[in-house]
Amino acid sequence: MDYDLIVNILYATVRTGTPLILVALGELVCEKSGVLNLGQEGMMLMGAVIGFIAALETGNLWLGVTFAMAAGLMMSLLFGFIALNLSANQVATGLALTIFGTGLSAFVGSDYVGTPLVGVEPWHIPLLSDIPFVGRILFSHDPLVYLSFGLFVGVYLFLNRSHAGLALKAVGESPESAKATGLPVFRIRYLAVMFGGAMAGLAGAYLSLAYTPLWAENMTAGRGWIALALVVFASWKAERVLLGAYLFGAFSIMHLVAQGLGFSVSPNLLAIMPYLATIVVLVMLSSDKARVKLYAPVSLGKPFHPVD
Amino acid sequence: MIFKLERRVDDSRWMAYLSPILAGALTLITGSILFWALDKDPLQTLYTFFIAPVSDLYGWTELGVKAAPIMLCALGLAVCYRGKVWNIGAEGQLLLGALVGGAMALQFLESDSAFALPLALVVGALAGMAWAAIPALLKTHFNTNEILTTIMLNYIALNLLLFSVHGPLKDPGGFNFPESAMFTEAVTLPLLLEDSRMHIGILFALFALVVVWVLLSKTFVGFQIKVLGLDSRAAHFAGFKERRLVWLALLLSGALAGLAGVCEVTGPIGQLVPQVSPGYGYAAIIVAFLGRLHPVGILLASMLMALIYIGGELVQIELNLPLALTGLFQGMLLFFLLACDVLIGYRIRLSPRFSATRKPSSAALVNGADANLSTPSQ
Repeated sequence: MDYDLIVNILYATVRTGTPLILVALGELVCEKSGVLNLGQEGMMLMGAVIGFIAALETGNLWLGVTFAMAAGLMMSLLFGFIALNLSANQVATGLALTIFGTGLSAFVGSDYVGTPLVGVEPWHIPLLSDIPFVGRILFSHDPLVYLSFGLFVGVYLFLNRSHAGLALKAVGESPESAKATGLPVFRIRYLAVMFGGAMAGLAGAYLSLAYTPLWAENMTAGRGWIALALVVFASWKAERVLLGAYLFGAFSIMHLVAQGLGFSVSPNLLAIMPYLATIVVLVMLSSDKARVKLYAPVSLGKPFHPVD
Repeated sequence: MIFKLERRVDDSRWMAYLSPILAGALTLITGSILFWALDKDPLQTLYTFFIAPVSDLYGWTELGVKAAPIMLCALGLAVCYRGKVWNIGAEGQLLLGALVGGAMALQFLESDSAFALPLALVVGALAGMAWAAIPALLKTHFNTNEILTTIMLNYIALNLLLFSVHGPLKDPGGFNFPESAMFTEAVTLPLLLEDSRMHIGILFALFALVVVWVLLSKTFVGFQIKVLGLDSRAAHFAGFKERRLVWLALLLSGALAGLAGVCEVTGPIGQLVPQVSPGYGYAAIIVAFLGRLHPVGILLASMLMALIYIGGELVQIELNLPLALTGLFQGMLLFFLLACDVLIGYRIRLSPRFSATRKPSSAALVNGADANLSTPSQ
C-alpha cells in the first residue's frame, strides 16, 4: 500500500467513526445514570431525517443540525416518559423507540428520498492541517468532526472531573443511596436520557448532512446498535469509546482497503465486517463475567420507584 | 403532575387483557388525528386501512398469507421472552431459513421429486435454528448479551441474502436482476384455496400454536422457562438447568422463524429475492408483547399485524399515502401498549395536591411495595 492510500484510509476511519462516537457518548452518559436506552437507532434515524428536511427547507445546514438534535431529544422524552414516569421495562421501551423511530422517519422522509443536498463542507484548520500525515487525517474534516472531538473532551471531563458527573455516577450505582444523600435521582436520569437523545440526533445529522448528504430509509444501518455494543466494549469509559469507535470505523471501510490491495470482494460480504467485528468483540469482552460486573453501572436497566 | 400512580396490592388481571385493547384504540385515535392532519377523511382512511382489506373472502386469505410468518416468529419469541431471553433475531433467522431453504429448492429445478418440498422446508427450519444457535452458544458459554448478538446477526443474514441473490444464486437467465430462478411446482407450497395465495403455511402456524401452547402451559419445561423469566435466582436454586432452557427457547424460536422464511419463498414469493420480508421478524416482537406472550393472544395479534400490513398497502394504492404508515402504526401500537401496561401494576389517582382524600394507609402500602421492588439483588 502506498502512502496516499494509508492516509486516505485513516482519514475515512475518522469520518466513519464520528457518528459512532457521538451516539455512543450519549448512550454512555445515559447508562452511567443507570438507564439502558435501546432506542439509539430510532433516535438517530429521526435526527437524520429531521435534520435533512430542516436543512433542505431552510437552506441552513446548522439549523438542520439543531433540528436534528431537537428531534433526538423529543424522542428521548418519549422514552423517558414511558420508562421513567411509568417505570415500564427499559428493554421493551427502547425496542419500541427504535421500531417507532424507524417507521416515523420513513414516513416523514418519504417525499425526500433521493433529494440532493450540498452537505457540510470540510474546514481545513489553518496551520494544523498543514502538518504532514496528521494534518490530513485529523484536521481537514468538516466542523461536525471537530465537534465530536470537543464533545468527547467534554463528556470525559464531566464524568471524571466534575461534581455533576459524580452525582450522575452515584445515581447509576445506587439510586437509593443517591436519593438518601439528597440527589434528585429522577431529574438526573431524565437529563441523562435527554442528553443521549440529543447526541443520537446529532449523530443522525452527521450521517444525513455530512457523511452522505442525502436521506434514505434506514440509512443508519445498525450504527445505533453498534454504539450500544461500543459502550460495553469501552467498559463504560469515555476514552475507550473513542478508541472503539475508530476501530469500528476502520472495520466499516474495509472496502477501501480491499480496493487498495486490488481485491474484488462482494460489497455485501464486506458490509458484514462491522457486525461480525461487533460480535467478536462482545464475545471477547463479555466472557469475563467478573470484569463486566466490575465496570457496568450496578443499577443499569433497573427501574427506580421514588417513594413520594 | 396532576395524576399520581399508586401501586396496586396485586397486579390487575383485567388490565393485562384490557391493555392491548386500550392500546389498539389509542392507536386508532392517534391515527385518525394523523389522517386528519394529512387532509384525508379520517373515517374513510380508517375504513380503507382496517375494514376494506377484509371485506371479501380474498382479503381474508391474504390476511392468512401475511399472518402465518408473523405468527410463527412471534410464537418462538414468546417462548424466549417468557424466559427473559431477549431474542431480537427472528428477522435474521427468518431470512436465513429463506436463503438456505431456497438454495435447497433451487437444487430441484429439473426434478419433480415428492421429497423436494419437505426437504426444502426442513432445511429452512434447520437453518433458522442454526442461526439462533449462535446467540445461544455465545450467551451460555461467553456470557454475551443476546440482544446485541441477535441484532448483529439480523444484519449479517440480510447481507448474506443480498450477496447470494447478487452472486452465486442469481438466475443466469434473469436479465441480471438480483433474484434466483423461479422454483418449480415440486418445491412450491400447495394452496389451500383456489384463486387465492393462501398456502399450507398457515396450517404450520396453527400447528406451532398448539405445540407452543402445550409446551408453555402443560409441560414442566414450560414451567421452568416461566420461573427462569420471573426470577432467575429461584430457577437457579431450584436446580433448573438454565443453559439448557436458554438453548431450548432459542432453538425453537429459530426453527419457527426459519420455517416462516422458507414458507415465504416457497409460498407467495416463489423465488429468492432481496425483499423476502417486510420486517416480519421485527413485527413479531410487537405481536409477542401485544399477545401477552400467550399463543391465543398471539393468534389475534398476528391477525391485527397482518391487517396493518395489508391496510398500509391499500391506503398507499387508493389514497396515495406513504407505505411507511405501516411501520408507524406498528411502533405506535407498541408504545401505547407499554404505556397502558402501567395500569396492570398501578392505579391512577389524583395527586394529593388536588385531592385531599388520600388515606394514610395507602401511603404505607406504597412504601412497602416499593421497598420490595427497588432492592432486588443486594
